[in-house]
Amino acid sequence: MTTQSLPARTDVRGGTAAEKPPGRGGRRLLRQRAGRQHHAGPLAYVLLGIMALLSIFPLYWTMVAASTDNTRVSQTPPPFLPGPNLFSNLARAWDEAAMGKAMVNSLIVAGVIALSTVMFATLAGFAFAKLRFKGRNALLMLVIGTMMVPPQLGVVPLFMMMSELGWSQQLPAVIFPTLVSAVGVFFMRQYLSEALPDELVEAGRVDGAHSLRIFWSIVLPVARPAMAVLFMITFVHAWNDFFWPFVVLDMTNPTVPVALTQLSAGYVRDQSLIMAGALLGTLPLLVMFVVFGRQIVSGIMAGAVKG
Amino acid sequence: MATSTTKVPAGGTPPGPPGEPSARGTARRRGALLHRLDIKGAPYAFVAPFFVVFAAFSFYPLVYTSWISLHDVELATLDVMEWVALDNYVDLWGDSRFWNALRNTVTIGVISTVPQLLMALGLAHLLNYRMCASLFFRVASLVPYATSVAAAALVFTMIFERDFGMINWALGTVGIDPVDWEADKWPAQVAISTIVIWRWTGYNALLYLAAMQAIPADRYEAASLDGASRWQQFTHVTVPGIRSTIVFTIVLSTIGATQLFGEPLIFGQGPNGVTGGADNQYQTLGLLLYEEGWKNYQMGRSATVAWAMFLLLILVFVVQRLIKRLRSRTS
Repeated sequence: MTTQSLPARTDVRGGTAAEKPPGRGGRRLLRQRAGRQHHAGPLAYVLLGIMALLSIFPLYWTMVAASTDNTRVSQTPPPFLPGPNLFSNLARAWDEAAMGKAMVNSLIVAGVIALSTVMFATLAGFAFAKLRFKGRNALLMLVIGTMMVPPQLGVVPLFMMMSELGWSQQLPAVIFPTLVSAVGVFFMRQYLSEALPDELVEAGRVDGAHSLRIFWSIVLPVARPAMAVLFMITFVHAWNDFFWPFVVLDMTNPTVPVALTQLSAGYVRDQSLIMAGALLGTLPLLVMFVVFGRQIVSGIMAGAVKG
Repeated sequence: MATSTTKVPAGGTPPGPPGEPSARGTARRRGALLHRLDIKGAPYAFVAPFFVVFAAFSFYPLVYTSWISLHDVELATLDVMEWVALDNYVDLWGDSRFWNALRNTVTIGVISTVPQLLMALGLAHLLNYRMCASLFFRVASLVPYATSVAAAALVFTMIFERDFGMINWALGTVGIDPVDWEADKWPAQVAISTIVIWRWTGYNALLYLAAMQAIPADRYEAASLDGASRWQQFTHVTVPGIRSTIVFTIVLSTIGATQLFGEPLIFGQGPNGVTGGADNQYQTLGLLLYEEGWKNYQMGRSATVAWAMFLLLILVFVVQRLIKRLRSRTS
């Protein structure tokens, strides 16, 4: 990587505009100057510890409840330590509660949505960041404006549209409306306008490359870290999306959140089975957060409005 | 190929003699045309997918919602639309369930948004310290964001369970009588808000943290030279410094609050969910929309509720604008 693209990389990997050190010596200097960087006292650690506990405890307890049985969950005091039935409950949720099918469906839905969002957002983000065209600013404002329109409001016509297309209870009904995202376009635009030097694009033009070629061989390599982050964030959103899948899908062909509601709405409530389902449906994302936590955190921070 | 055609003018080769209209010349002209087409057209082609998908699956449905709301449409016969003009709106206006859902949406929205953003502000402040394991704390605060509405609501429904839930057990150990979190109105709304707060506080905190880190350090230095305490620095430098992010999160949370659906639905556990409890004590506008359309099969009425939600959003933003303008005039 050249020095030109270095600030951009630190931007996605965890730094912000305030800390863009060219070298090591400068980094320490900048750290001290950036923001308010007092050392945390004991009180701050205690408060943060409580916060981390509150964040993680419900998930821990999901695991505890999923590892005991229904009678134990329904006793007081509630169990605080894991029991022996975790794997048998997970297996039951996978088979009986259609969680297996739901997981596969969610994987397809979230995977396709994340891929297409990343691709279209990078294309549009590149155009908004580096190409000149009439109406650019107006169109960009339009993109931002669409973030203010909650998709839930169009649900009735969307439902009618899907039944006309014959997509009711089918995965395309969930996939198509979310193939693009305004947040994604804006995110890639912000990233590329900083990370992609104008000279690189100009050099491509001088070499006679057409726009798609420039996109493919110049923009994509630069955009890759941001694309990875956008992929993960979009995947999380698509995996967890609730309202529209709940409306248009049914139990024969559910995504994970839809299957979970059905699990809890049954007449005989088996609490540890419900919790096993919830755990199963959350596990893939938890693994992703543990492995790529740094990138996801910095991606969310890079997408924030600053100043 | 393209390389050779466009390189010719760029390389500065003199144009061929006038008496020789060579194949090279036409190729060059065609190349130049393609080049211009590419320069002019490619940007639109690149942004087009976004706008096409948005127009087809977001904008068109939104507009069409208002048309449907002027009709009687049944779920079983979606292609039969009977014009009823404003009847649906008149009915909605006179329907106590609508006003109840509107009130619930507003109260749950306030109970969930205000503490959420205040806590996020505090959390961001803590995360902004230099410390060990800062990455751990950041990821930990983002874990709820990775949990789906469905999973989170299921867990909290159990934690708030009346007979064996953890909260009532904990209250019991300090001698407080158990609370019926589902059946009583305010406890139910607090419990539902808790789910929202849990899921979104860490996310908002990270947005604030990003903005805090972009505040220039010399503002803090100037403030401390003026003798400002840590708290004064927080209220006079930090908060104004991240004002636009705060506005952004308020906007996002408000939109989220008007759309609230999954949390109360699952909290009601089955048939009670759609109606928002036996007495509609926590039915939101989102639930009412779903109940009208997919339980009572009245799609026209459902569209009317959706349109009412949209108007509510617009109203909130107008009010927010007005407050902002009044404020800037007074100060």
